[in-house]
Amino acid sequence: MNIVVCIKQVPDSDKVTIDRETNRLNRAGVPSIINPFDENALEMALQLKDKHGGKVTVLSMGPPQAEEALRTALSLGADEAILVSDRKFGGADTWATSYTLSLALKKIEDPIDLILFGKQAIDGDTAQVGPGVAHFFGVPMITYVKSCEVIDSGFKVQQVTDHGYNVWEIEKPAALTVVKEANELRMPNLRKKLASKKAVIPTWGYDDLNPEDEKIGLSGSPTKVNKVFAPPIKLNKEILSGEPAEMVKELIFKLREKKVI
Amino acid sequence: MSTKKEIWVYAEQENGKLAGTVFELLSEGRKLAKKSGFTLCAVLPCADGKPMHQELFNYGAKKIYNVEDPKLDTYQNDYCAKVVHTLIESEEPEIVLYGASTIGRSLAPTVAVMGWAGLTADCTELDFDTEREILLQTRPAFGGNIMATIICPDHRPQMATVRSNVFKKETVGDAETGEVVDVTVDLSGIRERMKRIDSVVEEVNTVDLKAADFIVSGGRGVGGPENFDKIKALANVLGGAVGASRATVDAGWISHHHQVGQTGKTVCPLIYIACGISGAIQHLAGMQSADLIIAVNKDADAPIFDVADFGLVGDLHEIVPEFTKQIQALKA
Repeated sequence: MNIVVCIKQVPDSDKVTIDRETNRLNRAGVPSIINPFDENALEMALQLKDKHGGKVTVLSMGPPQAEEALRTALSLGADEAILVSDRKFGGADTWATSYTLSLALKKIEDPIDLILFGKQAIDGDTAQVGPGVAHFFGVPMITYVKSCEVIDSGFKVQQVTDHGYNVWEIEKPAALTVVKEANELRMPNLRKKLASKKAVIPTWGYDDLNPEDEKIGLSGSPTKVNKVFAPPIKLNKEILSGEPAEMVKELIFKLREKKVI
Repeated sequence: MSTKKEIWVYAEQENGKLAGTVFELLSEGRKLAKKSGFTLCAVLPCADGKPMHQELFNYGAKKIYNVEDPKLDTYQNDYCAKVVHTLIESEEPEIVLYGASTIGRSLAPTVAVMGWAGLTADCTELDFDTEREILLQTRPAFGGNIMATIICPDHRPQMATVRSNVFKKETVGDAETGEVVDVTVDLSGIRERMKRIDSVVEEVNTVDLKAADFIVSGGRGVGGPENFDKIKALANVLGGAVGASRATVDAGWISHHHQVGQTGKTVCPLIYIACGISGAIQHLAGMQSADLIIAVNKDADAPIFDVADFGLVGDLHEIVPEFTKQIQALKA
């Protein structure tokens, strides 16, 4: 079984702060990581490979340094890695990213049985690229998947909903987006880690994918960022300090004054 | 661009029951309709639409695109995307809004790439720029560390998903009327590539964060799983629900059903009491639309105080039980 896992390198968002003077992100020194949900997608792929055999390929679109994320995936057990990178792809929104990734999938020679994504990336939080790629690539797609088993016709999956879960049967090839509760992550394997450092990772750029110019990068992106700003701060606030019993008494008095309790 | 000057709300339903977010979207859509002069419409793919029409009118829909087919009784991405895409092609609306549910977050991105529409996920604020005639879509990004306003200047429709509990729902009246447009979309040519074979509703204890008037939430400052009892005691005496930060859920102190924040639930209670939560903006993104926020934290510089109406600087292990005691006394 051939599985492709699409991963994204993201800044560790817990460590990103905003400069309230300039409204810019302080990204200096913030480490880059594999998007955490993509790690669960990779783990699902590796578990399916452990059980049924086959090959796991990791695919990432991003700047040249995204290669690091791919090496990490190799150290966890992925067999091959491909980086999609070109200045011309820069500035892509989810539409253009979905289009570009789908071209890379079409260039992969072995027939693909399953494409996995994390349910969303923690930097953009859009959850749009998985469904977008599935449509461009022409395969059926289920989001928010917590388990996946192989059946004759394809896969039987559980999809997390707002009230429980749905069970679906989906034919192969299929695309799934994976939630965190799907699995526990494995540790990198020392031997694979050493090998991953030496692995040759091909980079596919504009000339390799031969895209339609108006569908990539900024020009292929319907959405534009109009404005970026710091989240608003409340101005009329009251800060109490002192003895707990007194503070609570004052708070309750004020809440009753406002008639909220 | 010649489009029809309509704002659409995707009327998400399963087995004839509309999702709560639909009413929130219609309520917000009315404001956009008023500002833009566009007509507010609902798009209803379903097996039998009539029983749902009155409610959609009552929340402000002026027109309903009613698309009936037995295959549309429950959600299936290929069928629903085909319906919405076909309608967009023929009617050319300006704006389409979806709930950011499991369904909306599957459907909207599919529809966006079937045409060439812009789509902004998880908006927390929508506004209309009357000069440029475009939708201003504001959302948190980078784990909520920044807010970004996204626009879609050159492609139509402009589409957005909105999480539940971000906008308040409000009816116009209880006997509103409007136009019903019956549309048939031929689904017979679509091969069934996926099939839902079961739908399981899980009884998730008694956590109903979304409906709670009072929420008491614990963060890393709670110190350990056993100390959540103090949080629970205050929630109980207030008749509210227990929330939690991502750090406590990741540490395994409490189940993820309690998690509030950008990767957890978005809540909108009357009072939100944040105990020992520093206020990583990814948490704030899930609770800052609460009517009133009370923060309890040892660190007077914690960012949670930036969004609080009342801040209590001190040890939650003393303050929270004291709060519980005084509320109990008040009720006695």
